[in-house]
Amino acid sequence: MTDMTTLQARTGTSSSSTDFSSSVMTIEIGPAHPAMHGIVRFTTKLDGELIVEMEPEIGYLHRGFEKESENSKWIQVIPYTDRLNYVSPLLCNIGYSMAVEKLYGIQAPRRAEFTRVIMGEISRITDHLTCVGAAAMEIGAFTFFLWFIKAREYLWELVEEMTGARLTTNWTRFGGNSMDLPDGFLSDLEDRLSKLESIMEECDKLLTRNKIFIDRVKDVGAISKEDALSYGFSGPMLRACGIPYDVRRADPYSVYDELDFEIPVGSTGDCFDRFLVRMEEIRQSTSIIKQAADKMPAGPFMTDERMLHYPDKKDVYGNIEGLIDHFKMVMEGHHPPEGEIYMPTEGGNGEIGFYLVSDGSGDPVRVRLRPPCFNFVQAMPLMTIGHYVADIVPIFGSINMIGGELDR
Amino acid sequence: MSGSISNSEIKATRDAGELTSLLKQKFPRAVLNFHAHRSDETVVIERDSLHSVCLFLHEDSRCAFEIMLDITAVDLLEMNMNHRFEMVYHFKSLTHASRIRIKVPLNEDDCRLASISDIWKSADWYERECFDMFGIVFEGHPNLKRILMYEEFEGHPLRKDYPIDKQQPLMELKEIEERHTYGREL
Repeated sequence: MTDMTTLQARTGTSSSSTDFSSSVMTIEIGPAHPAMHGIVRFTTKLDGELIVEMEPEIGYLHRGFEKESENSKWIQVIPYTDRLNYVSPLLCNIGYSMAVEKLYGIQAPRRAEFTRVIMGEISRITDHLTCVGAAAMEIGAFTFFLWFIKAREYLWELVEEMTGARLTTNWTRFGGNSMDLPDGFLSDLEDRLSKLESIMEECDKLLTRNKIFIDRVKDVGAISKEDALSYGFSGPMLRACGIPYDVRRADPYSVYDELDFEIPVGSTGDCFDRFLVRMEEIRQSTSIIKQAADKMPAGPFMTDERMLHYPDKKDVYGNIEGLIDHFKMVMEGHHPPEGEIYMPTEGGNGEIGFYLVSDGSGDPVRVRLRPPCFNFVQAMPLMTIGHYVADIVPIFGSINMIGGELDR
Repeated sequence: MSGSISNSEIKATRDAGELTSLLKQKFPRAVLNFHAHRSDETVVIERDSLHSVCLFLHEDSRCAFEIMLDITAVDLLEMNMNHRFEMVYHFKSLTHASRIRIKVPLNEDDCRLASISDIWKSADWYERECFDMFGIVFEGHPNLKRILMYEEFEGHPLRKDYPIDKQQPLMELKEIEERHTYGREL
């Protein structure tokens, strides 16, 4: 750090006084800082080590997702959704595809839905593993991070097996998925889940009752129920405050109403509760995956509605309807009917909502994503003011800000 | 394939839901239109009563919309409508497990409406984003400035008449003092 007089001169605070406890200092945290998960800047004013004022500044990763989408065809938006939440891209894929399916008024076949549940829950686990692991690392628990990243690696290999890519999955389609379960996937899944469970057990011992860890996160960054609702929280952040709102239960989509799972809730809404909620959600997701794998029905993984998918090659070369459908699909793309819908799904961070407007012409009029962590970053001043500057690290770690989703 | 099907479907869902009827009864002049396409309950209201309708949705026990999920706008420039913009609000009630969408038509020459950030805190940033992306002015907003784009950016990128490939000049790095835009002096 630069010496105190230059710093004070730059920030315009009193330079004649040598009593530092009474002078307010401005510190910029970010945009690029080791403890920032994405690129975001906090302009903080400190009184000693206490935060007295803070202003988050976002937008560093704005790529114009919505503008690009409105200038694309409906199907071309799917690859963009991979890049929204880059620790759980499949959940965004699924959210967008289900939104377009709602616009069409169709449902994917049951096999596709069960596969989506499995892949979605795998993504939720990778999301939570990254968030909890990185947050723990930043406050000193480096071993924990390495173990969790190892567990995440097991799951990402499954994602790679299914979609061919780790991050740029581009997996779902309107009315189904691009690929069915590969051979031997379910036995691999079982194997990986048992590895994950043993890692979870060990990490639980390592951290959940660890005095050093608890001292850093307990009663830090707490937010009340009323404030959390007013700030539009959802997902683990809201559940940590004690409100059992989960889109999978509240507005069941896909086949979640056939699966048995619990919604963990916290009580105080501090960083420790968020940690516990995420740890428990990993266990619940493991159980959901097992149930879905047991119930996996046989059948098609893509709808047979015309003009939603490319016709089979035997139809393209065998009859005129197939050839025309293929030509129109290639040249014109999808034509969802005129209308507007809002489709909420439960992402890793909270409610991912797609608001789509179609005029029936084949070009989207409006593609809007409601990003869950937008609200969390907005509430950063509320959660940090009055805490020490060192508490920014666990608080910011616990909100799991994902730049791609936040700035779009 | 789509046009004719969708129109009949929209007509079929014209029966007013419970919330729509409640709003129609409470604000007979404000409700301009409604539909429930794909069972998303939607009520179109006129601009001047937005704040009172929102207050009612938040305070009344029959509505109890605790969460303001999303605010966005739609630019209808290419849609041949009487108005240019449509504001879209999404709400969620945990008490009644219901959702509602409120829409407000806005004209291009007067795109301003009341801020609801005094009712739900989450509206603060969503309204800033709407101002940034569409240039819609929210009256009574405590801190209406750009959020995703930078201050010197000209125009509003999500308007349909903003070209997707338009380039704007790079900005010089600013001195640290100039960047602070706090509301009050400490």
